[in-house]
Amino acid sequence: MLFETSENYVRKLVADGLRIDRRGFEDFREIKVETGVAPKAEGSARVTIGNTQVLAGVKMSLGDPYPDTPNEGVLIVNTELVPIASPTFEPGPPDENAIEISRVVDRGIRESKCIELEGLGVGEKVWIINVDIHVLDHDGNLIDASALGAISALLDAKIPKYDENEEKILYGEPDRPLPVRDIPVAVTSGKISGKMLLDTTLEEESALDARLTVTTNKNGEIVAMQKGGSGFFTFEEVERAVELSVEKGKEIRKILGGIRD
Amino acid sequence: MKAGAPERLIVDGKRLDGRALDEMREIEARIGIFKRADGSAMFRFGNTHAVAAVYGPRELHPKFIRDPKKALIRCRYNMAPFSSYERIRPGVSRRSVEISKILKEALSQVVVLEEFPKATIDVFVEILQADASTRCAALNAAVLALADAGIPMTDLISSCAVGKVDGEIVLDVAGVEDNYGEVDMPIAVTPRDGKVVLLQIDGILTVEEFRKALQLAKKGCQKVYEVQKSALLEKYSEEDVNAVRDE
Repeated sequence: MLFETSENYVRKLVADGLRIDRRGFEDFREIKVETGVAPKAEGSARVTIGNTQVLAGVKMSLGDPYPDTPNEGVLIVNTELVPIASPTFEPGPPDENAIEISRVVDRGIRESKCIELEGLGVGEKVWIINVDIHVLDHDGNLIDASALGAISALLDAKIPKYDENEEKILYGEPDRPLPVRDIPVAVTSGKISGKMLLDTTLEEESALDARLTVTTNKNGEIVAMQKGGSGFFTFEEVERAVELSVEKGKEIRKILGGIRD
Repeated sequence: MKAGAPERLIVDGKRLDGRALDEMREIEARIGIFKRADGSAMFRFGNTHAVAAVYGPRELHPKFIRDPKKALIRCRYNMAPFSSYERIRPGVSRRSVEISKILKEALSQVVVLEEFPKATIDVFVEILQADASTRCAALNAAVLALADAGIPMTDLISSCAVGKVDGEIVLDVAGVEDNYGEVDMPIAVTPRDGKVVLLQIDGILTVEEFRKALQLAKKGCQKVYEVQKSALLEKYSEEDVNAVRDE
């Protein structure tokens, strides 16, 4: 019942061109990125977008490559919607929402080819890069926050030293930074009562008809896209979402500029 | 490009299977292919073969997941283990969970859910042979199965994929293009009112290329719609409907 009331309220406001927190439809909440927050991880980042908080960690190990790419590292993205983040999250294996976030984030990283996987072979083995996204506080826009967390943690990541004689990974002894050559940024346009809003809050998402996530690279090209929700977009709205993503992606990419320095 | 790729995927404006850039594979749709289900249909893009069955509207259990105002659509997309060169491990995968979710969401846009409060409409899709665009074929079959089940809908859904191969935007990626192409972009629209109900992109497109891809996809979906429509008309032509009424 709580959500029904807020849904009507959100729709009423949106119809008048307003948002609960007085933002413009195309404004993000404040974005903060802090890296190196999990010292035992090879790379990590805490991203907050308003009250939404996501922690991403990169762990690396040696494993078998895919048969068709014998010298390339392997990227695995996983998302956990842990119960502390929302009263609606329940313990257990990832549900369809968590899986969708993982796969949308994965697509942006993979298709932008931002990680140079080619040089990540060690003898017969290759580096397996596990990116784990832990959603800690859910106040909407989890896809953008998770994608930002993942790429921030990857930018922060250092490949550990490997002792070939002992065949042992020397965790905690960084060898070199993980080679990252691009910064994909996901920007999701939410549609509420026919209007397009960026960076929706949880309250706003109770009225969300559909969303379109567009991930762009540093050249302003589209690298991945995902429509979600049971609503629809017109062709014009799709094109507007692309423009918005290119524009906002540029701004957000600036925030990440400092991680590698 | 990955190892083993052919040198060129487009030669003299033709693709390796002989199609023009804006040419779709042979497509086929049939309605009412299974007896037990409340509605069923198949859809085929060349060697991609999807069959769908609908059960419902029927009672939804457990009770607490019922929606007092409308029906729930549940969808299961599944690939047969023998549908691909590499055996597909039975059971759910992250990929199948995601596809099931986006198919369910697309279908929820056209089904008049308010007609059946508290009920469920279950849509099961099996991919029997996979050669790219399986989610598009699944959706095209599912929406026909819903129509066959007599479920009220505001529109059909027509879906196809466009892609980028050898630097060119092409319709209905298939075969080696799927393995070595640069971009895959499945899309689904409601043919009468032009709503985009499914859209995904894997791969790099400039904004200009994207616009071009969108236009080509529109044409492709229209073609799919024609085939869906004639399949429905074939099954439910006016004479047949009258014959049923007379019985």
